[in-house]
Amino acid sequence: MSFINLKDKVVQVKIVYYGPGRCGKTTNLEYINRKFRSQIQSEMVSLKTHGDRTLFFDFLPFDMGKIKGYDIKIQLYTVPGQVKYNATRKLVLKGVDGVVFVADAMEKQREKNIRSLNQLHENLQAYKESIFKLPLVIQYNKVDLKEHGVPILPTAVLRKDLNSRLKVPDFEASAITGYNVAATLKKIISSTVVSMQKKLL
Amino acid sequence: MNYGIVSQEQLEQIDTILSSKLIKLGVDCVIIIDMAGNIITAKDNGESKYDVYSFAALAAGNFATVDAMAKLVGEAEFSLLFHKGQESNIHFSKIDDELLLISMFGKDISLGFLRLNVVEAIEQIRKVWEGSKD
Repeated sequence: MSFINLKDKVVQVKIVYYGPGRCGKTTNLEYINRKFRSQIQSEMVSLKTHGDRTLFFDFLPFDMGKIKGYDIKIQLYTVPGQVKYNATRKLVLKGVDGVVFVADAMEKQREKNIRSLNQLHENLQAYKESIFKLPLVIQYNKVDLKEHGVPILPTAVLRKDLNSRLKVPDFEASAITGYNVAATLKKIISSTVVSMQKKLL
Repeated sequence: MNYGIVSQEQLEQIDTILSSKLIKLGVDCVIIIDMAGNIITAKDNGESKYDVYSFAALAAGNFATVDAMAKLVGEAEFSLLFHKGQESNIHFSKIDDELLLISMFGKDISLGFLRLNVVEAIEQIRKVWEGSKD
């Protein structure tokens, strides 16, 4: 549930980066945090283990400027990707307005992507949301690994695996170099804001 | 998707309650958030400079975690949560299923006195909030 404050004219929008473990959700947020520093007033909050794995979530608030006089505050969250943390993933999804599904393009991760997407579907159902209705963007991350000789899945295969039924906007990306990170973010923000406007009008 | 919209009038009423019941008492900062981590309103004594947006996200996570723990031990909920520090303390109290009231206060206020005032403030806020659902 996004929250609209009519007194201060502020709209808070919650966008969650979801995906299997080590697919690059936190790396996406870290890149955004560096690249758009001027629009971010506070520090990125990361709740992680000693081994730098996300334990609960990362949180990055992001000012997008004004639409029709309303300040749009985008709140970016990631979920912990490790299989055992599904209870926590569910908690972070509460009140979500838009989701970026980050898939790992590495060949060996193929099945994990599919499993994670299925679990997203189930977790959203628990909040009476539908993966087919909620604003969603899919990102095929780590395409840069191809240059380093790591076998990665062709985008056509990833698309067939993950996006053949959903048919949502998708991007090849490399969170570590920043390739298409901003494009993914822009797309999910615009889809989410458009969907909110539709609901409100 | 549901959207929480509160009228300007209701927010002003809530702000007045927070000021008269808690800020006047000496509480540094009071925030009302929803369980998704959005800020409904925030009031402070003019001196404290907390990053309330990050705070709201963490507080919602914290409360959700404690809620899940309550269910594990067979409790419906732990409706009260309190963190004590050397100089400052944080008190969490549930307003209803969706809303949480968070007070940050120093060592000059006793917890008991704060709790009494929080209970009164919550009763009044509930009335204003109920009005928004009609």
